[in-house]
Amino acid sequence: MVDSIHPPAEAPSIDVRRGPEPVRPRQRRWRLRRRNRYIAAPLVLISINLLLFVTFFVWPAVTGLVYSFTSYTGVGPAPYVGLDNYQRLLEDEAFYAALIRTLIFTAAVVPLTILLSLGTAVLLVTPYTKGKSLARVVFFLPWLISPIIAGVIWRWMFGENFGLVNYLIVSLGGEEVPWQSNANLSLFVVIIAAAWVNTAFNMLLFVAALKNVPTVYYEAASLDGAGSWAKFRNITLPAIAPTTFIVVLLSVLHSMKEYALIRALNEGGPGTANNLLVQYIYKTGFERAQIGYASAASFVLMLILMIVAVVQLSMNRRKES
Amino acid sequence: MAVTTPRPPALRPKRPSAPGELSKKVWATAVMWLLVVVYGFPVLWFLLSSFKPAGDLFSYPLTLFPKNPTIKGFTQAWTSFDVAQYFLNTLIVAVSATVLTIVASAACGYALAKYNSWWLRAFTICVLATTMLPAEVILSPLFLVVRDLGLYNNLAAVVVPAVITATGTFMFRQFFLTVPNDLLEAARIDGSGELSTFVRIMLPLSRPIMLTLAIFSFQWRWNDYIWPLIVLNDPNKFTLQIGVATIVGAENVNWSVLLGASVLSMIPLVAIYLIFQRYVMNADINAGLKD
Repeated sequence: MVDSIHPPAEAPSIDVRRGPEPVRPRQRRWRLRRRNRYIAAPLVLISINLLLFVTFFVWPAVTGLVYSFTSYTGVGPAPYVGLDNYQRLLEDEAFYAALIRTLIFTAAVVPLTILLSLGTAVLLVTPYTKGKSLARVVFFLPWLISPIIAGVIWRWMFGENFGLVNYLIVSLGGEEVPWQSNANLSLFVVIIAAAWVNTAFNMLLFVAALKNVPTVYYEAASLDGAGSWAKFRNITLPAIAPTTFIVVLLSVLHSMKEYALIRALNEGGPGTANNLLVQYIYKTGFERAQIGYASAASFVLMLILMIVAVVQLSMNRRKES
Repeated sequence: MAVTTPRPPALRPKRPSAPGELSKKVWATAVMWLLVVVYGFPVLWFLLSSFKPAGDLFSYPLTLFPKNPTIKGFTQAWTSFDVAQYFLNTLIVAVSATVLTIVASAACGYALAKYNSWWLRAFTICVLATTMLPAEVILSPLFLVVRDLGLYNNLAAVVVPAVITATGTFMFRQFFLTVPNDLLEAARIDGSGELSTFVRIMLPLSRPIMLTLAIFSFQWRWNDYIWPLIVLNDPNKFTLQIGVATIVGAENVNWSVLLGASVLSMIPLVAIYLIFQRYVMNADINAGLKD
């Protein structure tokens, strides 16, 4: 499972030589040709991805880095301004607000998503539950719904003066809750919606992992009289740890770049209170055409994501060894 | 959250009256169905609301079931908001991106699994890096690249950058690692060229992976929002998600049309999922990468 994170160490060596042989000219040419073929064939096979990687990843990354030192607006010249953009960014309150909101959002969504996806996965795997086939479809439904539509669905639920939630609260004798005009409550709704959306895919990963836990462990533990909770803690959790690691990593990366859901749910409102980082970058880059400045903000986001990934990978390595 | 452990069914003789066993079943089932309601209700409410006439949407008391069910919201969305055009555009994007993704991922995954050299190992890490640093992070420079390539406002601009995916590549890589090398060696001894071995022997073997990736890729592209939004400018080229988002962004949200358009846009994916359910649910996506 973690295999994919590491370079393929166990990929079988192709060019197997069986001891020193006298190399005759003909054989040598044959071997040379064979070697060449093994360079040409994989190169052809990866060519599409290689081309795309260079064009849509390396090129923009390099130009982005260059533009982040300029005040480029998308047209005309790109005057060099040195570290000016980064300096301005450090003093930009809107950027800080977006960064902090993004971190709060991520810190709330990731644990909630993990809990819900692991919980639903366990319920779908355990023999104790009835009616799994329908439950599976319902739990998986949010994956099929796009973030935009999911945002609309939750906007419809939590509308301030038309939503079902407020209607129920009022008819139970409560007061209308300002789900849209209070910044913290808006963020709360976004967090709930994001957890609802993100559960399905992570659940899929957990289900696959849970099914792969060898049953003999559970049998042995049962013979020793271990209870359900003890078995879950001491067998299941360690066994699925590699999957948990990947789920945490991907959820963090995913939450840090959430945009579409918020766009449809409340447009980062009220006002700009809940603008997250990607929305901030989008607004500066494309609505105000400050490409240089937006590139600088992008690189800060990239740096954060890289730090997250590196820290998690190294923590995982240490745990493994 | 009630936590129960997966336990091998029927490995031990069943004790029907075992104390705790029955209550565990009841509890686990109850919690699961509670969650089913929590996850399903917002969609159900949305779906039922879309059949209400515009006048009834906000009239108190709210009722779960529409009193005068109508499909006016759908027809209105279909005619007044160019939903048909958006459908067509999204379909073109999703299908072409899916086909290209499968071709590129299968070839690349095969190369990464079956050949060994330092530059292939380096490229493996490069492909992984694309997950860590997604398009959102390099939004503005990526836009400039697409513009400089002359793809701006062209559906190809949505398709082409999306073709390289770490998830797809690694799904195929993991699969081809499990294919025995003997097969490859045998083909070599028989004088089959490397590429023809791949096309004639290896590719047909990977059909289940292809189908799984096809569903995944179709879903990614169908639901994409921010990238199409940036590279498409002409309303005639909008995808469904942008179309729906423009309805949401309007000064006065026309909920009747919005509900209709949203429900319509969900139909294809739900249908595909219901048909190919087992390819999604049984997918052992241990590469575990999400786009």
